[in-house]
Amino acid sequence: MTDFGFKLSKSSTIDLSRVELDRFEELCRQEPGAKVCIGCGSCTASCPAGRLSGMSVRKVLLGLQRGQKVNDMLQCCMLCGKCTMVCPRGINTRNLILTICRIYD
Amino acid sequence: MILEGKQRIWSEYQKDIPDDHWYYVRSCIRQNFFPASERMFTHIVKDVLGKDLYETPHHTTCGGIAYHCDTIPQETAMTIVARQFALMTEAGYENYCPSCITSFGNYAEILETWREYPELEARIREDLWKACRREFKKPRYLAHSSDLIFHWRGEIARLAKKRLMDVRTGQPLRIVEHIGCHYAKMFPSKGVGGAEYPYVLAGMVESWGGQVIDYPERRHCCGYGFRQYHVKANRGYSLSNTYKKFESMEPYHPDAIVTNCPGCPYFLDRWQYVIASQTGKTYGENGHGIPVLTYEELAGLVLGYDPWDLGLQLHQVAVEPLLDKMGVEYDPKAKYLGLNKEDLMRPELPTQIKCY
Repeated sequence: MTDFGFKLSKSSTIDLSRVELDRFEELCRQEPGAKVCIGCGSCTASCPAGRLSGMSVRKVLLGLQRGQKVNDMLQCCMLCGKCTMVCPRGINTRNLILTICRIYD
Repeated sequence: MILEGKQRIWSEYQKDIPDDHWYYVRSCIRQNFFPASERMFTHIVKDVLGKDLYETPHHTTCGGIAYHCDTIPQETAMTIVARQFALMTEAGYENYCPSCITSFGNYAEILETWREYPELEARIREDLWKACRREFKKPRYLAHSSDLIFHWRGEIARLAKKRLMDVRTGQPLRIVEHIGCHYAKMFPSKGVGGAEYPYVLAGMVESWGGQVIDYPERRHCCGYGFRQYHVKANRGYSLSNTYKKFESMEPYHPDAIVTNCPGCPYFLDRWQYVIASQTGKTYGENGHGIPVLTYEELAGLVLGYDPWDLGLQLHQVAVEPLLDKMGVEYDPKAKYLGLNKEDLMRPELPTQIKCY
């Protein structure tokens, strides 16, 4: 392979028709709040672990909706519940995180 | 929708293209990339169709590349353009025809800016006078050179010696048309068919016997995008855009690509070699790439000119498969002979994409 000093970037296109969403549907069944998230990021902004570890509930949920692998970001969660307090959609984020950990373990 | 309504809407996407008396300005880069294209355009317009096309060696760049690379402010580009208009005015012309799509977009943007801000136009007029004691009238009509070929496509079809047909099967050639972004995406009313239904190249292809391919990324950028290519750190992004287009058109098996922009044919042509070198993938038949032609080169082939006189040997992707399909006669040994049989020397050929 010739090195030109630059190369093809992997496409960032997400083909939702090829995404496996069985586990995400199970998540929505167990915690319906997963479907009402509007991705505002209030949970991420208020997260005390986020500043130190990059933990972001918004990113995790977005990744799951796109069928992407969830990294071990959620392991940094201390279950403090601040995100539950600030969520404008009233999602039980603590239960959401625990359910994600259980289903995607 | 009733037919009259459709026709009325479509009429809004048309533009007036005068039949004669054009002032022509060349591109900064096209003569390096595709050296016979502009020569072929002037030959077709002046000698074949007998129209009045005037050009002067005194014209300069329009400043478009520097403007889009953020190295000069728009006012500087405006003053350069004002001087071009002054040259046109001094020559006694009112119809302005740039060869370059970036120039075309630049002129359209500047004329529109002056319409919105007359005080800016007055300042540029003053700057031009202070700089070189010149005055100008704004062009009455602005058309890209592909608009002119589109306008005369019927006459070219009548004079055609070859059609865009596969002589072996009798089927129309499958052509991808790619229109430069600055043609109608910025000012839809300035292009034939607007931004949604640009018809300038499709009209040529259909008139000359070919079949236009519609594919998902048809209106995607070729990948050049100025900053994406000129800044080496971004060059992979440029390449990735081109790759996306080729991946999208691949299932439709195009026989050729025709473009009307200086950058698009260059990148669609050269990046095929880079993609082949990096991934081993080619998009044509039997390890070839898909030949990429300018509309002047395509018109030249249709009118029966020798492909080597059209400069097709300077393309990265081999054009021979297309020539064979069209039934164009050519001498393979004369491929690298230039004007007056001057030896152009044989280039080193790539291994991942088939070339001759």
